[in-house]
Amino acid sequence: MMLDIFSKLTFLSIFTDIKEFFNKQIPVADWVDEAVKWTTDTFSWFFDPIKEDFGDQLEKFAELLADIPPSIVIVITVIIAFFLSGKKFGLPSFTLVGLLFIYNQQLWEQLMSTFTLVLVASLISVIVGIPVGILMSKSKWAEAIIKPILDFMQTMPAFVYLIPAVVFFGIGMVPGVFASFIFATPPVVRFTNLGIRQVSKELVEASDAFGTTGSQKLFKVELPMAKTTIMAGVNQTVMLSLSMVVIASMIGAPGLGRDVLSALQRASAGTGFVAGLSIVILAIIMDRITQNINKEKS
Amino acid sequence: MPVIKVHNLSKIFGKRTKEAQKLLDKGLSKEEILEKTGSTVGVNRASFEVEEGEVFVIMGLSGSGKSTLVRLLNRLIEPTEGDVEVDGENLATMGKDDLRKIRREKMSMVFQKFALFPFRSVLQNTEFGLEVQGTDKQERSEKAKEALELVGLGSFVEQYPSQLSGGMQQRVGLARALANDPEVLLMDEAFSALDPLIRKDMQDELMDLQEKMRKTIIFITHDLDEALRIGDRIALMKDGSIVQIGSPEEILMNPANDYVEKFVEDVDRSKVLTAENIMKRPETVDVDKHGPRVALERIREQGLSNMYVIDRARNLKGYVTADDVSAARKQEQKDFHGIIRTDMPTVEKDTPVHDIFEIIHDSQVPVAVVEEGKLRGIIVRGSLIAALANGNGNEVNGDDA
Repeated sequence: MMLDIFSKLTFLSIFTDIKEFFNKQIPVADWVDEAVKWTTDTFSWFFDPIKEDFGDQLEKFAELLADIPPSIVIVITVIIAFFLSGKKFGLPSFTLVGLLFIYNQQLWEQLMSTFTLVLVASLISVIVGIPVGILMSKSKWAEAIIKPILDFMQTMPAFVYLIPAVVFFGIGMVPGVFASFIFATPPVVRFTNLGIRQVSKELVEASDAFGTTGSQKLFKVELPMAKTTIMAGVNQTVMLSLSMVVIASMIGAPGLGRDVLSALQRASAGTGFVAGLSIVILAIIMDRITQNINKEKS
Repeated sequence: MPVIKVHNLSKIFGKRTKEAQKLLDKGLSKEEILEKTGSTVGVNRASFEVEEGEVFVIMGLSGSGKSTLVRLLNRLIEPTEGDVEVDGENLATMGKDDLRKIRREKMSMVFQKFALFPFRSVLQNTEFGLEVQGTDKQERSEKAKEALELVGLGSFVEQYPSQLSGGMQQRVGLARALANDPEVLLMDEAFSALDPLIRKDMQDELMDLQEKMRKTIIFITHDLDEALRIGDRIALMKDGSIVQIGSPEEILMNPANDYVEKFVEDVDRSKVLTAENIMKRPETVDVDKHGPRVALERIREQGLSNMYVIDRARNLKGYVTADDVSAARKQEQKDFHGIIRTDMPTVEKDTPVHDIFEIIHDSQVPVAVVEEGKLRGIIVRGSLIAALANGNGNEVNGDDA
């Protein structure tokens, strides 16, 4: 009798525990806040120099680009476009007209800033992304761990990681590069992984049969075979980091994005359109040029 | 001394390999093991030895485990159990570095779908093995060019694989395998992807090359004709097990079991069998010892219409007919002088049966099989037909002999 009541009581108390548990919010947000704060404090030796020096360098580079007479930049770009597109006239003419238009709209300096941001962010993405992709293709474990991280990076709304970006790196170009890096790295990782995994079994066997070491196989067979796919990933990465330009301008990254943002704030459709169009022009030129690099070499 | 010694080599695909291995040792079949453990037996306790300079053909239908077996030989697939000895070293248990060394220096492989690197030129493809070994540029280019000359592609060095036909691509595959001068050449269905005429050319060419190089070749094929054409010895596989190992003749003449018999049933025997395989012991008379009397006696005894004449050293002298001998006997002639005829058809020991058809068709006497002028045997129409009809009757339709 006694035992029965006792067990009923225990049951009830567990029930109330569960109820309480659901009523009380889990303080995930607080935890993240603390984690960000802790990271900022602990790794300030790492973040601060990046914030200062790297930021300075980026701005200097953008200024340097802006100091080159636009006419020279335009001519060089058109020539590159001409040769990469297989000596056809479509892409070079588009490049010429597009860049002249941006110059004409007095957005040249912003264009150079945006270009710097995209270039640097893409470079970092590629430098980090390709080795990670290789690692992923070589190990089931790495793939199992990295895949959800990539999903997270791509689907988490960009605004969310702008906040820690600002905390870590202040405002300006550096957090912009950081945000672009988070958003734009996944495709190059995924494509590298895919490209290497797609190398035909017979070629891998042939390589093994001739006694290649792991790195010989990678550099002599797998990477050359996967190059086209990897370059498609690089192209995607460039495009995605360009699409981060406007968002990055919310945390003070200079460039065309800032003009779009300020047009939005002032509800001036015209300037917004012009700045937006300039971004589209830059996107098309960069897309075609990176695609053609791919074709040229494959 | 054998170059390759394979002992009890097994491969089981799947998760419960140890359990499957035990069942295999108990002698259960492939299907039973699959049912009980979910594991597939790829190769079932294969044992064989390959001598230096031999062309050893592993033949079987698809799914018989032949491609798995050849990959166990250079450990592209890890064996579940058993040994592969190459020059006395056990490949199955050696470390990665030693294995790499063997793959680089002793064994090369030619693949069914060529497996050429599309981004490398013909020369660069051929250089691959040497490049991997770290041979210097000058030397590897020379050796690769030599190998390409050998396969008749000396002028295609700058081309890319996609610019070549299938047959030429496989020549590059062969040159790539030959460039680092391996002892053993593993050829996995190397000619199966080529169309029949090109395949035949390639087989001939391989045989020509083999005459010069004397490599140890392990050749995988599903095509019995190909196996019979190029193999010194053939191993026949079924369900992962080797069912019979033997020379082409042995396999054709004495199939070890119903499976082999069924397999060889459809072979065009006339192209495989030679005069030696079907010749009979001849009834002869000795020109130095015997006269027409003995000859006539023997002819009557055997119910023949003619008989070959040899000398003491078995040199073929000719033949005598029953009529001539009996006439000579009547004239009390003591020797065969004047009655020996020499218009008999002769063939060599290794003449294919295919070529004997026509000869025997036009002839009144049995065909003589000679070796350096000595009579080794005779072939009569009956034995020719019997050899071909043994196991199948397709070849003799319409032949009324």
